[in-house]
Amino acid sequence: MTSPHLLWLLAGVGTILVLASVIGEILRLRLSPAGENPVIENLNARINAWWVMVICLALAFIAGKPGVVLLFALCSFAALREFMTLTTHNRADHWSLVACFFLILPLQYWFIATDWYGMYSIFIPVYAFLLLPVASALRGSTRDFLIRVSETQWALMICVYCASHVPALLYLQIPGFEGRNVILIAYLIFVVQLSDVLQYVWGKLLGRTSVAPTLSPSKTWEGLIGGTLSATAIGTALYWMTPFSPLEAAGMCLLITLMGFFGGLVMSAIKRDRGIKDWGHLIAGHGGFLDRLDSVIFAAPIFFHVTRWVWSTT
Amino acid sequence: MIASLRSFAARLTGLAISTFARFMTAPRAIWHGIEPVPRQRVYFANHASNGDFVLLWTALPSPLRRQTRPVAALDYWLTSPLRAFIGRDVFNAVLIDRRPEARTEDPVAQMVAALDQGSSLIIFPEGQRNSSDAPLLPFKSGLYHLARARPQVDLVPVWIANLNRVMPKGEIIPVPLICTLTFGAPIHVEPEETRDAFLARATRALLALTPPAAA
Repeated sequence: MTSPHLLWLLAGVGTILVLASVIGEILRLRLSPAGENPVIENLNARINAWWVMVICLALAFIAGKPGVVLLFALCSFAALREFMTLTTHNRADHWSLVACFFLILPLQYWFIATDWYGMYSIFIPVYAFLLLPVASALRGSTRDFLIRVSETQWALMICVYCASHVPALLYLQIPGFEGRNVILIAYLIFVVQLSDVLQYVWGKLLGRTSVAPTLSPSKTWEGLIGGTLSATAIGTALYWMTPFSPLEAAGMCLLITLMGFFGGLVMSAIKRDRGIKDWGHLIAGHGGFLDRLDSVIFAAPIFFHVTRWVWSTT
Repeated sequence: MIASLRSFAARLTGLAISTFARFMTAPRAIWHGIEPVPRQRVYFANHASNGDFVLLWTALPSPLRRQTRPVAALDYWLTSPLRAFIGRDVFNAVLIDRRPEARTEDPVAQMVAALDQGSSLIIFPEGQRNSSDAPLLPFKSGLYHLARARPQVDLVPVWIANLNRVMPKGEIIPVPLICTLTFGAPIHVEPEETRDAFLARATRALLALTPPAAA
């Protein structure tokens, strides 16, 4: 599945990470030699976690379609575990929760791996959404029923359904782009995550006006505009590795960086409501899987469907 | 030969059990007012699920885990060869008999003996699983007698959150949810302190660790 373009992209990301690690180390020696500056420590933890994430992704790309599907199935599992920890449910929902993790999640990724588009695009919204509440209802508990059912459904939608559209990109058939679909995944993740990082950087440098003060003080208009535009510019400059023309690439980048921003915003609203700062603790410096994936999760289905409608023959 | 095979199998089983526990609960240890250093300690925790000591054992850093033995009920762990293997060989549990009429050894003496060999202990002072709505059942007096017998040993409260939702009583298949273990500042028995006063203080120390949004 490797292609020269993928190697170029990975080499580019590797160079950025080497640069970031060197800068992080210099900052640490200057400002936090004994680990006393939490901002610098967090920055270095984030950079180290990026290394791990990029290496995992690269290994999955080398392993081919099964590797990528498996990686995202595991990410979905970890994300769902974080989400379900915060949702309202009681003992009557035990079997429906077990089904979410051990039946619906594997089936969804199985449908992706077998390229059954007609099934994976409706399996969760139709079959899972109708049958799961039945499992809860049969146990007879009506307390907070609608809240329990809808929170479980939303967890599945975000953590499984949306996330599974990332590996689904591998199965699009784009004339003239055969054998290079993995670039679509690398491109989507690269542009969206770059936009996250650049929003953070622009926000730290110039951020004054908060987009949604009650949600997240760190999301500013300056960060949003600077981050999405600069990520879009870099994504557009990489149009030659995609099936898109420069103008199309710019439009796609704008679309996915904005969806990524909205993802961060919506997931922040949930965290704020539940009184937590991070979804989890497994990715040092970043928080949980959902903290890192929220933007990609929101961008992936839209990126998938637009690419499918306009460029794919399936 | 048999003995070394048995201990190898025990290590492998221990690894499999703690990997499974991590997969299901991604346990997060929060050390609040105490550091995870290899000092001799008695960890006392709330008991809402059969998996409690496995999770506590898993959440300890491995140098601490190796010297820590759970205190468990002999009348549960010796009922089948598999349980006996897991209880004795894998977790190296201090097996005490909860039935006063049947036991030959004094549980507190057994725990003290384990402490004197240098081990740390995991105990559940409620004495049984709590499936009531109250956060804790009244503590049994074992914790007090242990504290009196070895007053220098740190008694560390540990609140285990969420595990009862992972595997509610009576269910067979667990649901993966993140569990948090909060380790609190150690307590010691005061020279003049009565049993009831000490147990009340230990209960408060443990309850103080419940997460604010444990709903």
